[in-house]
Amino acid sequence: MVQPEATIGVPAGSAKAPTAASEPVARGAVAPPRKRLRRWSRLALRWEGALVVALALTVALGAVTSRQFLTASNVFSNISLLYGELAMMTLPMTLIIVSGEIDLSVASTLALANSLVGYLWVQHWPMPAVIVCVLATGVACGALNGLLVTRVGLPSLAVTIGTMTLYAGISELVLGPAIITSFPASYTSIGVDPVPGTAGLLSYSALAYIALAVIFALVLHATAFGRSVTAIGYNKEAAQFAGIRVKHVKTMLFVTSGLVSAMAGVLYTFRLSTAEANNGTTLVLPVVAVVLLGGVSIFGGRGTMLGVVLAVLVYCGLQSALLLTNFNSNALELVTGGLLLLSVLIPNGGELAARARRLGGRHLKGGL
Amino acid sequence: MASLAFPASARLSSRRFVEAVMRAREFGIVAVLVVFVVVTTSVQPRFFDNQNIKFVFSNAVIYALLALGETVVVISRNYDLSVGSVLGLSAYLSSDLFQRAHGIPIVGVFAVGLAIGVGCGAVNGAIVAVARVPSLVVTLATLYIYRATDVLIIGGGMVVANTLPGGFLSIPTSSVGPVPYLAIAVAAAVAAAAYYLGTFRPGRDLYAIGSNPEAARLAGVPTGKRVFWGFVVSGGVAGLAGVLWAATYGTIDSTAGYGYELTVIAAVVVGGVNIFGGSGTVVGAALGALLLATINQALYVLGISSFWDPAIDGALILAAISLDHWITVRLTSALRKRSVRGAA
Amino acid sequence: MNKVLSKWRVAFASAAVAAMVGTSLAPPALAAPTLKKGLKVFVVPKNLGNSYFTTADSVKTHGALFALKQLGEIGQETSGTTDTPASQLPVIQSDITKGANALIISGTDPNALCPTLNAAMKKGIVVVTYDSDTNCRDLFVDQATPQGIGDIEVDIIAKEINYTGQIAIVSASIDDTNQNTWIGYMKQELKKYPHVKLVQVVYGNDDTATSVSVTEGLLSRFPHLKGIISPTTVGIAAAASVLDNSKYRGKVKLTGLGTPDEMKKYVADGTVQEFALWNPANLGYLAAYAAVYLASHAITNAKGQSFVAGSLGKFTVGADHTVLLGPPFVFNKSNINQFNF
Repeated sequence: MVQPEATIGVPAGSAKAPTAASEPVARGAVAPPRKRLRRWSRLALRWEGALVVALALTVALGAVTSRQFLTASNVFSNISLLYGELAMMTLPMTLIIVSGEIDLSVASTLALANSLVGYLWVQHWPMPAVIVCVLATGVACGALNGLLVTRVGLPSLAVTIGTMTLYAGISELVLGPAIITSFPASYTSIGVDPVPGTAGLLSYSALAYIALAVIFALVLHATAFGRSVTAIGYNKEAAQFAGIRVKHVKTMLFVTSGLVSAMAGVLYTFRLSTAEANNGTTLVLPVVAVVLLGGVSIFGGRGTMLGVVLAVLVYCGLQSALLLTNFNSNALELVTGGLLLLSVLIPNGGELAARARRLGGRHLKGGL
Repeated sequence: MASLAFPASARLSSRRFVEAVMRAREFGIVAVLVVFVVVTTSVQPRFFDNQNIKFVFSNAVIYALLALGETVVVISRNYDLSVGSVLGLSAYLSSDLFQRAHGIPIVGVFAVGLAIGVGCGAVNGAIVAVARVPSLVVTLATLYIYRATDVLIIGGGMVVANTLPGGFLSIPTSSVGPVPYLAIAVAAAVAAAAYYLGTFRPGRDLYAIGSNPEAARLAGVPTGKRVFWGFVVSGGVAGLAGVLWAATYGTIDSTAGYGYELTVIAAVVVGGVNIFGGSGTVVGAALGALLLATINQALYVLGISSFWDPAIDGALILAAISLDHWITVRLTSALRKRSVRGAA
Repeated sequence: MNKVLSKWRVAFASAAVAAMVGTSLAPPALAAPTLKKGLKVFVVPKNLGNSYFTTADSVKTHGALFALKQLGEIGQETSGTTDTPASQLPVIQSDITKGANALIISGTDPNALCPTLNAAMKKGIVVVTYDSDTNCRDLFVDQATPQGIGDIEVDIIAKEINYTGQIAIVSASIDDTNQNTWIGYMKQELKKYPHVKLVQVVYGNDDTATSVSVTEGLLSRFPHLKGIISPTTVGIAAAASVLDNSKYRGKVKLTGLGTPDEMKKYVADGTVQEFALWNPANLGYLAAYAAVYLASHAITNAKGQSFVAGSLGKFTVGADHTVLLGPPFVFNKSNINQFNF
């Protein structure tokens, strides 16, 4: 959402990610393995470590307040069933934010997918064809975002605010006032039954999330593509000069985001066994919040999939635990907002210190 | 080479050139608005009758105010997503005073709304400016926090019209001809803000910060202070808008202002304000709000299903940012050519 | 732009209930059935922060939680923050996990909750819907017959416009089950008045600002509009504020379903002459009793089963497992100030 030279919200602060991180860029966007390992382990101590602690606290909170918290049925119905789609959307969002962009249209793509499933089903298309068509639409939605950002050169924040509105609007036009609920039980059973063989714990969307999370983690951390995503986030120009096809990479990210959102939309439709206009459009803010909570920097160039996965678990666990403790739903929003604030205030303590040291003229070697 | 020896006259004419382009952009919105109104009126003549014009203005006024505040923040390359929640908080708490504090003067209620808005804005501004945290994230968090606080305080409560004095309720509707006094007041506020931003140091500093924060800081601009006050203005304006919301709609509960932030940002973008700051005018943003309100109203009057609303808004936003991008690219290259010429 | 808030509130005066109780025949009294105590009952309105549901549910207004307290049950009100199934579902799931014996729900959606609710009913949890039905529940406690509501709205407006002219409807969300049912009955009742023509139905999504805009659009589009029906409390308040402040006041008649508190100003200044309501507190109270009777196995949900709902008297289960609170009550200048909700 932000090219490195255009900082958002930090008027006189660092225009890029902290200096320490710019070292690897100077060497051609990839630090040597040993240095990288040290940097990651330092990171792990800082942010992911904190998330692990938060997760442990959440589980403790839940277990203490309700005997049911750690039961399979609670984990299934109150966590894995309800948050699978949200969790899925955090995966491409992570890559997009790491690359320095943002995609606010994910929830609207989900809503459009939801409407389309209903519409095509009522037109008597066979379900497999419906699914393929809907996924293709998701790809098209992502492609439009990618096109506007990379070819026309528009800022992704503005573009995706526009497409967020546009796609939600199209979802309303597709279905109008109709509500479709006549989906075959073989599909809608995913809203009720856990995946066989998972000890009654996982829903289909949660399973999809886990599978995708592994793929996305591997891509981000173990492939050249993933490294180029991070490099673009650090410094788009340097990445360009290092031979990375920035436009191609970014377009792929948006397309993937559209595809995954459409997938989530299909699963959402079957889980609720309902297709109606504008279903699910409120999901976008929690998705962004969870990714940021996972330690991904809004400026790009920094973030781990592990962090985001932990953040997803903390978020879902907290929601479930708090609901079981008779917390008012409004208090949940307070907690989400508070967590989000903390997630940016805390690392900034480190950044302020880093800035002070940098001004003192010393280079930081791979540390933060 | 060219920069330091830049003759003053060339600098001034460059500035005038940029301003001319900005004026043209605003004029563009007015043109679209006029075309739209003409087309709609030819299909449905009653679109342009006194009463309907009043309707459009009264809806646009609140968004225009919010757009004013949001612009002040956006031109410095920040975002205030909490405006809807602040509006809701202010709308309820201020109008509730009429029953809690019997006999409170209307001005007092406005003062309370303003104070609530200023308080919320100050919190945003402090976190962004002092703790140096990205405003997108901060105001996303405060959007949640203020809204949740709103509901926790209000619960299922409601302020109803018959507890509000007649004088208060008639503020949005007293008008001269088809133009409500409130619209005139907001237009005056927009003009004043435009003048301030364009002429006075703090205003121009905001533009500088938006263009290049690092350079602004190095040039001695007190960026933290400016950004802080920017958020205070945005919050304060949202607080005032909340009181006006209460006067306009008469029935207030915890859902007031829900979801407004995105419409406001859309208005600002359509109005030509660059999403990365540095350029754009409050006049443009206010016109953008007026345009969006007019289009929404036109859809209802024409009997076009309201399902077209978001799709049209989305297309408009994309068109506006594409246009602005095109303008910026042309403008930058034109300015570059001028500076080369000017130095020669 | 992309937020659809759908909430609506309706109320019914207890006077009408008393009347209904008086006219209901009472067979020889049975021995008072034993109702279980200590049942965990969760009241799940469409969303929190909605004054209609606060009235329906709270102890202070003698709503659902008051009834549960009286009966010695453990009652709690829980819900989401927006009127959407996505917001209501996690809460229902949690309530089930917390060991609910009964759920009293105002449905945000007729079908989306069903996978969860069906599973709950299989487990033996009693599911009673109130105010807004779902397609999966043991009993539905209805505030009034949909036909009764549709009929009275049309009768009021037709009378006020002297049985001739155009009318329009300002509704809530286009997906709203009860809205669409009532509008269906309104269209049927309109056949009785051949000179009254329904020109449009617009949707305010139970959002004040949207409801105002669609009303304004109506007024500008139909110069000969004589009357507006708004069967949603948000809609009628919004339409009233538009009419109140425009040249249409008095010229365009307005009726609908609104709460006395919201309407007091507009009835006083003549914008609205008459409107209908019922008492949401009685609705909640009745729903609570129904749930407890069911959960105690004192009645089944079969047609003809009857029970005594505390101070409201005797009720009988009707067709489609529905319990009816009573007919709507008409408010006007002469009686509105007697009520405070």
